[in-house]
Amino acid sequence: MLQFESSLSVCLALMALWGLIGLAGLLRPASLRLVGKTLFPLGALCGVALAVVAAVTLSTAPEEAVLPVGLPDLPMHVRRDALSSLFLLILGTASAGISVFAAGYFRRGHGTSAGLMCLQYHLFLASMGLVLLANDAYTFMVAWETMALSSYFLVTTEHGIAEIRRAGFLYLLIAHVGAIGILLSFGVLQGGSWQFTFEAMRHAHLAPPWAAAAFFLALFGFGAKAGLVPLHVWLPEAHPAAPSPVSALMSGVMLKTAIYGVLRVGFDLLGTPQWWWGLVPLAVGLFSALYGVVFAAVQTDMKRLLAWSSIENIGIIFAGIGLAIVFNGVGMRSLGALALIAALYHSLNHALMKSLLFLGTGAVLHSTGERNLGRLGGLIHRMPWVAWLTLVGALAMSGLPPLNGFVSEWLLLQSFLFAQDVPRTFVSMMLPLGAALVALAAALAAYVMVKFFGVIFLGQPREPGLARARDAGVLERLGLLWLAAGCVALGLLPTQVVASLRIVVQQLNGAVLPNAAAPWWLLVPLAPGRASYSAPVFLVALAAIVALSVFAVRLVYHRRARRAPAWDCGFGALSARMQDTAEGFGQPIRHIFGGLLVVKRELPSPFDQAPSYRVVVGDRLWQSLYLPMGTLVQRIAEAFAWLQQGRIATYLLYSFITLVVLLALML
Amino acid sequence: MKPIEIVTQALELIAALAAAPLFLGWVNRCRAWLQNRRAPSLWLPYRGIRKLFHKDAVIAENASAVFRAAPYIVFGAMVVAAGIIPSMGTRLPFTAAADAIALVGLLAVARVFLSLAAMDIGTAFGTLGARREMMVGFLAEPALLMVIFVASLISATTALPAITENLATQALGLYPSLAFTAVAFTLVMLAENARIPIDNPATHLELTMIHEALVLEYSARHLALMEWAAALKLFNYACIGFALFLPWGVSTGSGGPLALAASIPVLAVKLTVAGAALALIETLSAKLRVFRAPEFLATAFLFAVLGLLVHLLLGG
Repeated sequence: MLQFESSLSVCLALMALWGLIGLAGLLRPASLRLVGKTLFPLGALCGVALAVVAAVTLSTAPEEAVLPVGLPDLPMHVRRDALSSLFLLILGTASAGISVFAAGYFRRGHGTSAGLMCLQYHLFLASMGLVLLANDAYTFMVAWETMALSSYFLVTTEHGIAEIRRAGFLYLLIAHVGAIGILLSFGVLQGGSWQFTFEAMRHAHLAPPWAAAAFFLALFGFGAKAGLVPLHVWLPEAHPAAPSPVSALMSGVMLKTAIYGVLRVGFDLLGTPQWWWGLVPLAVGLFSALYGVVFAAVQTDMKRLLAWSSIENIGIIFAGIGLAIVFNGVGMRSLGALALIAALYHSLNHALMKSLLFLGTGAVLHSTGERNLGRLGGLIHRMPWVAWLTLVGALAMSGLPPLNGFVSEWLLLQSFLFAQDVPRTFVSMMLPLGAALVALAAALAAYVMVKFFGVIFLGQPREPGLARARDAGVLERLGLLWLAAGCVALGLLPTQVVASLRIVVQQLNGAVLPNAAAPWWLLVPLAPGRASYSAPVFLVALAAIVALSVFAVRLVYHRRARRAPAWDCGFGALSARMQDTAEGFGQPIRHIFGGLLVVKRELPSPFDQAPSYRVVVGDRLWQSLYLPMGTLVQRIAEAFAWLQQGRIATYLLYSFITLVVLLALML
Repeated sequence: MKPIEIVTQALELIAALAAAPLFLGWVNRCRAWLQNRRAPSLWLPYRGIRKLFHKDAVIAENASAVFRAAPYIVFGAMVVAAGIIPSMGTRLPFTAAADAIALVGLLAVARVFLSLAAMDIGTAFGTLGARREMMVGFLAEPALLMVIFVASLISATTALPAITENLATQALGLYPSLAFTAVAFTLVMLAENARIPIDNPATHLELTMIHEALVLEYSARHLALMEWAAALKLFNYACIGFALFLPWGVSTGSGGPLALAASIPVLAVKLTVAGAALALIETLSAKLRVFRAPEFLATAFLFAVLGLLVHLLLGG
């Protein structure tokens, strides 16, 4: 086994290396060869190295250090423990695949020059790493803001388009509203000691109301970054606006830093949360999951569809965290560990499968220039590599066994099933109903993925231009392959993954799952009789039966087959326009969940010479929450408008009055 | 693994493969009787499958590998599912690897591949069918999961054989929660197996069909596998129903080969009765418009959730 003298310094060195790679991009900003063929692959190697270091150090003791940089009297504290290692592993693994893909992706100039983009991209990576390593509020916030800013510039890469500038602004705005929540939470957490190191916060014993305030402020702040409903409005705008590798990084990795933040504050800094705190993330998470997946099902833009699906997955992760808090609070710590493992497993899964899907859309976008589902189709013939690797991601996202999405949902459903033992009558009755919502969201996710994959890759090409589509290049394939392999590995080796997560959870939670004696291939979360699952056996059984039936059919009968035009009930004259569109695929969902959506429909009249059909689906929360809030702020601002005279003298007078008032107060 | 466990597992798989078309034939025969028609032979489904296997396959020009692989995957998923459900004995070694949630996942695998294959050719009917199938599925799947959850909460396990064993060996108690879920399960079973009132297995009327639209482009051996898989799905659903609501008569615990042998006629009786009941339901109800299908399935889902609530309220 590999051991490091100090894994912490290796991690920091890798962050620094990312920073240097980014700066190197500025040497020759226009050179795609330097940036694409040298710097991005180097960054990917750093990612692999980070993943290896994180994986090896998952079970080692925490390490901490004080860096001699920072403001006077405010040195930077860093620390690496099991929780940091797990999220560094997510960062390293996902970014390795994404960077390799990006190396092939940025072959033509976008709005921002390649070199500047390289700087922003690697700064984004390094700041995410630093967020995971920070051990005081100051370092954390600096890294957090660097992350927000670098990703803002990445989102607005194509800043020539007004819509993208607006998306970037919305992102920046909500990121900062969230950051205020986090800052205030740290302010409460220091508990009057004015020590802003995490070490001091761990030992500050807060009174219960203050602890609750700190928790909910953190939940608000990190929830805004994670895209929890109702703080989600930026996500479906900003993630699709960015270039695809950046979307992958934001959805796959950046959202996980918010999960990390909630876990760090909730489980580490605050010690033991009260049980009822958990109900809020649980309820909000379940609602987000359902809300996100319903909106994903009605999208017609492939990247927006994936962005909404991220909201769903984040909701499922938060539901797991909330359930863990409830279990812990009532003293059922091993069940808390189970729910937490489910949440962490889903974080790992989502990082890989969502990155994979976003990169798949990137390859399609590159090759066809089209992101509207209504103008795609039939690409499996033109882009087999992208199609088949994306299929792995889509199946995993649908939560189908034996891939990885199924395992985390299985674990989460198992922990919901135990919730009837919670000794709070009403809560114990309501909690298993959460399983119904998780099941509904998971089933809808399959609907979304069939729509996503079927409309893009299957059927007939909906536009003639699609015939010129080319498959992705070697580097892009490599990136996709890396992430798809990760999905398969996480799906087939759940026992090993859970064993590693157990270490993380032990550190966070104090208690672990009872170690059931089970062979390596059998996943037994609690007791053998209660529930067990084995992905390898499952896969072997399914594959064996499929193979047997193939051979049996061919041996006993024949393998004659001929190609002919599609039958289509004999109607003939089949055109690509007759296929179901993305709008059509969303129709049942619009019908069933009409209450959540604001649907504007323009139907053609029978007399139209050029009939057109248009459906615009709006977010009800945007209309019923954000717009009134905006109007309110506008009104308040107007009420104070008379203060703004626009003359220097008046403003100097205001300053003078303020100073006099302050002096009077102080003396 | 004891020999009896392997025998049970093998027997269940063989019984499912062999008896599924017969069960379908029986349902069709009952339907014909109830509708005052002359009934077709019980063996008609077998003849249909055999005939299809002998034909030359015709595949649409723009079909991809997804289209050709789907029949095998759907068929394989249904066979594996048959290996999870305790229709005769509860000592199934494979069920340690796949519990009731994995069973629902397996049905979802079949549904997703069926829908993807239907979208592959890019015909109007295929995509329409895929959309409808997924619409039925996303409501039916959580309802089925809730039905199973009520039973697993009663038995404190998600392993299907353990649930059956627990329910079968208890003193004959009445679970009000199971009554609700039985209604939900019946609705799900009708919807998932393309029966009236959601879909009509006898129709080829384009605008109303769901299952037939999905397999419209298939021919010969691929169609045979799809048909067989559909029969297996109906058989599997019936056996899930028996395992949860009529668990008596399966060979449990320490039962030897004799108990296993005795479970075969019991299963035959159950299937006979269930097939007749299914035909009766189908004859008595009218087909719903597709727009009404979500309401039907939402009812099923709510019944299942209600069953869960009743279980939690009454604690038993």
